[in-house]
Amino acid sequence: MAYDEKLIDHYENPRNVGTLDKADETVGTGLVGAPACGDVMRLQIKVNDEGVIEDAKFKTFGCGSAIASSSLVTEWVKGRTIDYAKSIKNEEIVEELSLPPVKVHCSVLAEDAIKAAVTDWETKQTKQTEAPAVENQEAAQE
Amino acid sequence: MKTDLPIYLDNNATTPVDPEVFEAMAPYLQDKFGNAASRSHAYGWIAEEAVDYAREQVAKLIGARTQEIIWTSGATESDNMAIKGVARMYGMTDAEKVMIDALAKGYVDGTIPNAADILPGRFGRLDFESIAEKGAFEVFKSRGDHIITLPTEHKAILDSCKRIEKDGFRVTYVPVKANGLVDLEELEKAITEKTIIVSIMMGNNEIGVVQPVKEIGELCRKHKVLFHTDAVQAIGKIPVNVDEMNIDLMSLSGHKMYGPKGVGALYVRRRNPRVRVEALIDGGGHERGMRSGTLNVAGIVGMGKAAEVAHKKLEAEKARTTELRDKMWTRLQEELDELYLNGDEKERLPGNLNISFAYVEGEALMMAIKDCAVSSGSACTSASLEPSYVLRALGVGEDLAHTSIRFGIGRFTTEEEVDNAVELVIAKVKKLREISPLYEMAKEGVDLSTIEWAAH
Repeated sequence: MAYDEKLIDHYENPRNVGTLDKADETVGTGLVGAPACGDVMRLQIKVNDEGVIEDAKFKTFGCGSAIASSSLVTEWVKGRTIDYAKSIKNEEIVEELSLPPVKVHCSVLAEDAIKAAVTDWETKQTKQTEAPAVENQEAAQE
Repeated sequence: MKTDLPIYLDNNATTPVDPEVFEAMAPYLQDKFGNAASRSHAYGWIAEEAVDYAREQVAKLIGARTQEIIWTSGATESDNMAIKGVARMYGMTDAEKVMIDALAKGYVDGTIPNAADILPGRFGRLDFESIAEKGAFEVFKSRGDHIITLPTEHKAILDSCKRIEKDGFRVTYVPVKANGLVDLEELEKAITEKTIIVSIMMGNNEIGVVQPVKEIGELCRKHKVLFHTDAVQAIGKIPVNVDEMNIDLMSLSGHKMYGPKGVGALYVRRRNPRVRVEALIDGGGHERGMRSGTLNVAGIVGMGKAAEVAHKKLEAEKARTTELRDKMWTRLQEELDELYLNGDEKERLPGNLNISFAYVEGEALMMAIKDCAVSSGSACTSASLEPSYVLRALGVGEDLAHTSIRFGIGRFTTEEEVDNAVELVIAKVKKLREISPLYEMAKEGVDLSTIEWAAH
């Protein structure tokens, strides 16, 4: 099984490995996959006021293709807008890393991960604008 | 020739041909090319003599008589032959009994006067009058339809069993304990008067556990049931004696014992009891009619020599590979937490380690240690997307099954290679755990089993 050089590069030198504070209101976290399936990806984005992704971090439990796919996505979204992040399609990952058919699910998972991170960030923003701080506290007490 | 090939630690998959073996084989690929079945000239006699000498060499390693060794193309064929050949020779399914019953009754009452012509020839000539009177189930009550095996067997056994299940035979898969060993009480409970054969592997190819073959043999003898064992992984690594272990049939492979690929053998007991096997492959009636086909003379010579060399080196190699294995396991445990050894720690093949490196996916680890040739029970290494069925049968969770790596230390593995491999594994597991969200969560005290994961 010979993999593409780009895939091996991302696997051997993964970009943006790490953890952002998931409690931070400007951070969106996506955790997808399941240990029983052999893949779990956690992708995090930190977004500024202009809707630009200032930082992206990931950690992945999975095969080389899963690690490379998530590394690639963090590289792509860094410095780009939320709208761009939402537009990423798994086929683009497949193409960039030349994933073999049995590894296509890794790219699907990476797409799910970035989408989940964006959704998490968006949810946080809606809460912030809609719900006054006092109500939030009450909710927390309940 | 110097190559950049990785350190070979996959000796449970296959082994290199020993130089002594290669040397022994060479003439039989060149000048001594004769067909062992040619009785009319010296080319044939030389080949036949070589084949018979190899039979002696293999027989000696396992404490058998030379006529009890049947050459095959490999252990997959031997396993098929043992299961299907014995089932067809000794077994009779309920459906067959019902058919014979109906034919006998029809013959006696005159509605099926040509019953003898309708009856498939393999049942021979039957006494329809007596069958009609007593019933086929009574007449053939000694002919069973039941086979016992383990869920952790090699696919050659499991798939052969599935095949004959379709013909109406019944198969019981006796569960194994968490350490991979069979529970002898459970095994005994599974034996019925309809059981024909018990097939239990001596040393497991994935997790390396060595089953209590002697006790299983005794149990089978006590219940007058045939005992087959796939000893492919155990042969040459641990002492095997077919008489002391009450083995009736045993599968062997050339390439797992430093011989060539494409050759194997089936040991078939000739006395106490005399075991008969229906042939799977018909042709020139070679191998006492049990396995037709021109013999792979060079391969057979190689397997014979491999058996001789293994016999000679067994004790020393057993000690050496056990020591290397234990060293490897000790060192890994010194440096890494959350390692799980799959299969019993003591009752296992000398050179085998199967370890789950929790929170690190198996294929990713194999890619990281690409300077070592190993294999994994992770789904990602196969097209099936299911993790190892052997690990699952032990009750290993799917999450841990995905993290397993099998190391197989062999005759040509050096201590230096093991040392290098261990340090590489340690470094890479640490690195991959740093990028594993699961390891981070586990270290933070998150109970991963409480998270609702979305299966995909």
